[in-house]
Amino acid sequence: MRNAFNTALIESARNDESIVLLVGDIGFGVFDSFRDEFPDRFFNVGVAEANMVGIAAGLSMSGFKPVVYTIIPFLIMRAFEQIRVDLCIQNLPVILVGVGGGLVYDTLGPTHHAIEDLSIMRSLPNMHVLTPCDPSEVKLSFNDSFSHRGPTYIRLGRGGEKNLLTEDLIKNRLPEKINVIKNGKEVLFISCGPILEETMAALDLLSSDFNCGLINIHSLKPLDKNSIKDQISLYNFIVTIEEHSIIGGIGSAIAEIIAQSSSNSRQLIIGIPDVITTEIGKREYLLGHHNIDAKSIANRVKSFILS
Amino acid sequence: MFTKLTDLDSLENISKEIRLRILDIVFTTPGGHIGGCYSVTDILVTLYYGVLNHDPKNSKWADRDFLILSKGHCCLALYSILEKCGYFDNTFLEQYSCNGGLLGGHPKKDDAPGIEATTGSLGHGLSIGSGIAWAHKMKKKSNRVFVVLSDGEMNEGSSWEALMFASQHKLDNLTIIIDNNKLESLDLTDNILSNEPLDKRLEAFGWSVKRVNGNNHGEILTAINPELHQEGKPIAIVADTIKGKGVSFMESNSMWHYRKLKPDEYKIAKKELKSNSDA
Repeated sequence: MRNAFNTALIESARNDESIVLLVGDIGFGVFDSFRDEFPDRFFNVGVAEANMVGIAAGLSMSGFKPVVYTIIPFLIMRAFEQIRVDLCIQNLPVILVGVGGGLVYDTLGPTHHAIEDLSIMRSLPNMHVLTPCDPSEVKLSFNDSFSHRGPTYIRLGRGGEKNLLTEDLIKNRLPEKINVIKNGKEVLFISCGPILEETMAALDLLSSDFNCGLINIHSLKPLDKNSIKDQISLYNFIVTIEEHSIIGGIGSAIAEIIAQSSSNSRQLIIGIPDVITTEIGKREYLLGHHNIDAKSIANRVKSFILS
Repeated sequence: MFTKLTDLDSLENISKEIRLRILDIVFTTPGGHIGGCYSVTDILVTLYYGVLNHDPKNSKWADRDFLILSKGHCCLALYSILEKCGYFDNTFLEQYSCNGGLLGGHPKKDDAPGIEATTGSLGHGLSIGSGIAWAHKMKKKSNRVFVVLSDGEMNEGSSWEALMFASQHKLDNLTIIIDNNKLESLDLTDNILSNEPLDKRLEAFGWSVKRVNGNNHGEILTAINPELHQEGKPIAIVADTIKGKGVSFMESNSMWHYRKLKPDEYKIAKKELKSNSDA
């Protein structure tokens, strides 16, 4: 996803001279091609994230389109108040690109895991929150962000993700709308971000037991609430899946919709429980540890429906 | 463009008018950090009347100089000066912090013409100002950027991140003025997190520094002249001021960081400020 972002950035920068990239001393090798092509528009502003966001605000107030990139906890949590005041209250079109959504910085431990960012960013007025699921969607999300006249947060995984969306799904994808990957009748899966890979695998495991539908959320905010309501009304069971805390992310967002609708659907929220993620291991191991790998998802859904 | 004044008596008189205006607004409306407003008044009057290229009738003029009041809690001084310069009429200020009013207790960008940035949480203004200065450098434009900070604000780590950034990028179109009134909300800055020697610290961070009496318009005007500073370095003016300047019972008294005036206090303060004005 990082490389897809770099490619999308270069394409946009070729067409718009006001785009500049600010990094917080992160992204070794990722932006070499951008820096080679636009040496005057690449800035490593150092390990000083609060200042980096303030600088981006000042650049934006002076006609530039800043894109700010670093690892999510440092971007979102360290510089949160600058994001809130300088970007959201002033409503400036600065694009924040966070790398390392969920547990992808696996063995680096809980300081580098990003499992609260969606909850935090979703609560900010004026902020758009985009969650591309694969490299092909990164470019689309990046393009979507330019149509918003305020700040946008784009949550990336890391590198090496597989493309999950088919050409038809990409063609039919619309900004700020849900993407229906599969229609079903009994259980609706709602997935957000690269965890879609595990969700799809879980659907395969359940295919002989239940008739499952699947939608992908690439815009957590604004959220396509009307389409979601329509979808929810077609199913008895809703399962939300996110590589994020179960507090405040897509699970919460969908629960808010269900609570305010006439739906009788029951919801299972699958995500990282309310714990400090101290377990050590690779991402695949950690997904299993927190019961959000495909097999665990399938088992939890079976229990939920049969309970 | 606004016509600049360099006559020190005129600047002094404007400061006195502004202090009286602040006093009336604090007394008649909710809110107002009067002590810090009075320490920074002479700095802001000197900047708006003697230094900045600006146009109150065209607040978004592309060639203007920028002023960001990073110590946003003292916005009443900024509002009063913007009002006097002609950015907006008196209806804005007379409803300061009132229900449904146009101007609140901290500046919000574009709430009124002339307010360049949203501030109020300390430690933000210098990064924003550095971004604006950097943008204008990249565009090869000659606009200057001024950021007014408080000494208490220098407690914030983000202020020092921005100081390093500005010198790293040789932002000599950026000037900061630190309103060094030596008092924070509860105590002397030296008893909380001392900044001293502030001028030496700023020099060590790569800035061209002058230290002046910040309640003296002439000293500020002289020190802020870029010709007296090293090319390629951002400029810092450490302005030693008196919190509550102009009202004897407020001066250097932390109680007046944020306190409402009782009617008898208002009368005494007004008398003192008027008598200073007649002197």
